[in-house]
Amino acid sequence: MSEKVKFTIDGKECVAERGQNLVDAAADNGVYIPSLCHLRDVIPAGSCRICNIKNAGRIMTACTTPVEQGMEIENDISELNDMRKAIVEMLFVEGNHFCPACEKSGNCELQALAYRFQMMVPRYPYEFPIKTPDTQDSRLWIERNRCIKCKRCIRTIKTEDGKNIFAFQERGHKVEINIDHELAAGLSEEKIQEATDNCPVGSILKKGTGFSQPIGTRRFDKEAIGSDIEKVV
Amino acid sequence: MSKPVVATTSLAGCFGCHMSLLDIDEKILDLIELVEFNKSPIDDIKEFTKPCDIGLIEGGVCNSENAHVLKDFRKNCKILVSVGECAIMGGLPALRNGIPVKECIAEAYLGVPSVENNKEGILPNDDELPMITDRVYPCHEVVKIDYYLPGCPPRAELIWEAVAALVTGNEMKLPYEVVKFD
Ligand code: SF4
Ligand code: SF4
Ligand code: FES
Repeated sequence: MSEKVKFTIDGKECVAERGQNLVDAAADNGVYIPSLCHLRDVIPAGSCRICNIKNAGRIMTACTTPVEQGMEIENDISELNDMRKAIVEMLFVEGNHFCPACEKSGNCELQALAYRFQMMVPRYPYEFPIKTPDTQDSRLWIERNRCIKCKRCIRTIKTEDGKNIFAFQERGHKVEINIDHELAAGLSEEKIQEATDNCPVGSILKKGTGFSQPIGTRRFDKEAIGSDIEKVV
Repeated sequence: MSKPVVATTSLAGCFGCHMSLLDIDEKILDLIELVEFNKSPIDDIKEFTKPCDIGLIEGGVCNSENAHVLKDFRKNCKILVSVGECAIMGGLPALRNGIPVKECIAEAYLGVPSVENNKEGILPNDDELPMITDRVYPCHEVVKIDYYLPGCPPRAELIWEAVAALVTGNEMKLPYEVVKFD
């Protein structure tokens, strides 16, 4: 039995099911909590920390915080927004993001967050790390220069019998995304598309489909990320 | 009162940002009313002839000449603006970052169809030629940059708005559609 609870975000009264994660609960109430690694209805990883909110004065990730009765959440405040912007900037300098040459540009959630926070230049020095893409697969291209290690692919793309297709290799700063080519060969075309769509950036790409949408018609060309949520009242 | 003076340059860029500046259509007439151009490929003035108010920099730093020009701009301009992705983060030329310069040069001059006649394997090494830097640098890693206009190229409206705001002192309008990285 689900139990409804009342809580507020920046003073706005919201209602949700107890235990629902805050990012999804906020969205159902027309409030956008910026997020990046989180995918709706997928068990959260809490890895990017873009969704940082303040609960009783403490900063925590909204995607891993279950809603409770009477919570008073702070979300759209300059302290948190600057922190989010700083994380976005860090992700830009940590990888090699050449947006003008990227197939995901215009549909990329990292780029869209940078637009939303009006990132003009990252505050950190560019690292230009050396990464090697994996182009071996006939249908998928793994462009590690752009991976932000959100684990969405690992969490959502599995074989029919539940085996992982994607996995991290190495640890810490060296961690990189890997694909099991043998298992990937058995994926349906829909799953290949899903892997591409679920990757928030241009790190997993279905081959032969890049740049198919003209500039001006892509997801974030005209509408800021989150504006669809904010439109629903 | 004399008009504010603008200088522009293209370092490791493709001139696309300059094209975008020219893409402001009839506002180009307003621009000429508003400012005077000094050192710039637009009027072909090669050296600074007076102190400038605004320097617009296209392209990052990929060789010693780029570094020299950029420092010269810093010395002669009150405000420097990085215009476009290449100035801001190196852009496509920075795709070579991580590849040793030696390999890049070999790729361009040795054993490739366009230089079939280079039998002795000569690499350009004339003193007159600028030295290639170890990697492509964003402008703000070489000199202090005051403002940034992203885009590849930045939308014409963005460049226009920025120059107009700097000249008039009015606040700049930044509509969502105008700040883009591609
Ligand atoms: S993945 Fe996103 S941020 Fe990275 S280069 Fe592509 S569009 Fe830009
Ligand atoms: S490949 Fe894409 S989905 Fe997978 S971890 Fe990297 S950014 Fe996330
Ligand atoms: S969206 Fe919550 S930590 Fe990434």
